[in-house]
Amino acid sequence: MKEQALFSVYTVQQVSAENVHTRTLVLDRPLTGAYPGQYIMAWLPGISEKPFSLSGSDPLAVTICDVGPLSHALCQLQPGDRVWLRGPLGNGFQLSSGFHLLVGGGYGAAPLCFLAKMARRQGDRVAVCLGAKSKHELLLAAQFEALGCAVYLTTEDGSQGVQGLVTSAVQAAITRDQPGMLYACGPNGLLLTAVELARQAHIPCQLSFEALIRCGIGLCGSCELPEDTCARLGVPSGFLVCHDGPVMHIPNRLP
Amino acid sequence: MKQTILSCEFLGMQMANPLVLASGILGTSPSLMERVAREGAGAITSKSVGPEARAGHANPVALAWDGGVINAIGLTNPGAQDELPLLVETKKRLATLNVPLFASIFAPSVTDFGEVARIISQAGVDLIEVNISCPNVASEFGMPFSADPDSAAAVTEAVRCATHLPISIKLAPNVPNIAAIARAVVEQGADAITAINTMPAMLIDAHAARPILSNRTGGLSGTALKPIALRCVAEIASVVAVPIIGTGGVQSGLDAAEMLMAGATLVGIGSAAWKDGPAVFTRIADELFSFLDAAGYTQVAQIRGKALQ
Repeated sequence: MKEQALFSVYTVQQVSAENVHTRTLVLDRPLTGAYPGQYIMAWLPGISEKPFSLSGSDPLAVTICDVGPLSHALCQLQPGDRVWLRGPLGNGFQLSSGFHLLVGGGYGAAPLCFLAKMARRQGDRVAVCLGAKSKHELLLAAQFEALGCAVYLTTEDGSQGVQGLVTSAVQAAITRDQPGMLYACGPNGLLLTAVELARQAHIPCQLSFEALIRCGIGLCGSCELPEDTCARLGVPSGFLVCHDGPVMHIPNRLP
Repeated sequence: MKQTILSCEFLGMQMANPLVLASGILGTSPSLMERVAREGAGAITSKSVGPEARAGHANPVALAWDGGVINAIGLTNPGAQDELPLLVETKKRLATLNVPLFASIFAPSVTDFGEVARIISQAGVDLIEVNISCPNVASEFGMPFSADPDSAAAVTEAVRCATHLPISIKLAPNVPNIAAIARAVVEQGADAITAINTMPAMLIDAHAARPILSNRTGGLSGTALKPIALRCVAEIASVVAVPIIGTGGVQSGLDAAEMLMAGATLVGIGSAAWKDGPAVFTRIADELFSFLDAAGYTQVAQIRGKALQ
């Protein structure tokens, strides 16, 4: 008999602290068919339900920053505790061939780590530019290094890596590595700057957007990308992050 | 030829096809409404707006299950005054595409219904849809006005007095005699009827031993709602002469044909957008055309009420 699976119940297998307010929950089994950039809706009954990108699918892993009631409760979970998930949802990254440039702002690093694992598994070269306000917010740098990626760190206060915005490291990486594809995840400002740099170099991009996702099934309209953002990206307005994204593909090919 | 067969007339408006974006789907942003119009909707209904801004319910608010979708968004809206410029802008954009805009309104009282209708009329929309049947706010608003003929008629009268625009009253399926309610609102001047709203329902997660939606109950739509909607539309069509916007569970062109055959003039499309996104309109219009053409019809209006004859 087919199970009516709205939510699937997973058990926390392992919890690792990524920084002072971020935990990765490794769950007890894989999420079949999931790929980087997709997301799940995580529900703790009686608390709330929110979207989270995947930091791994086998076993399923989610990296959670403690910013509100649900993420706080998720960060308190211990091995053996249960969490309710539906997904995978949305359209994720599509791994191309060649040299991959990954750009992460803040907790945008999480889905990129999953992507880097896949790229390295197929033997590709990967450079990662990670930026954050300070060293306390930098995420997953050691994991990217352990995967064999070239990692470039920037912090706004200079407490780790180069002081400044991650986009200066992106410009350097484009010049140095001549990547075949740029993948970025982070705040809209970072994505808009990254796409502009890539456009100048005629490098196609895949951008993963953050938005207020409520229904997760393309019906409520809460997660629409602002119209001026669409205009700056040169894409039609009305982009639904939960349904059309979270990952948007920008060709940026030579005319 | 597709254009000729699918084009239709509704309260004096010419429409490219009878498919309407149902209220509550994709909100009210002008850019999203424009996208849906460009994806082939014959008309657009904006999400219900009330007298005051509302955040709506906490997550989970919507879930897809085997039989369709269940939702309790909770009438999220910016309030009538702040909604007005959005509707003006949406109307402007849709006018260039020749797609009518219907504005859905709700209110907690009969007086407020009139007031919201008066404000929203200033947007110059093509029709006001009066949502007296939201199933998800009973804890705050009490029994919906759609529950009996007298309260439904009272709201209709208040809205009728507040606007010269055409009005359509949106009815609920969970009543013992929907035909009597339809008759009552038409007597008070309703130009059309939208039938039906979602069906109050509940999903429980056995592992959590509690309802899934934060509101505990929600409105059921999609596949499971279609037979109920067909029955309601047929019952209404047999007692009133005003046009019906038949809404509930339509997922395909054949479903749309069935709704028209039950007596609807227009067909609402809502949760079908879950799988296809806004492109669902092009698909359903193509399928409806294929059915009509293969069956030898030359006008979509020819099948209206055909199952009732």
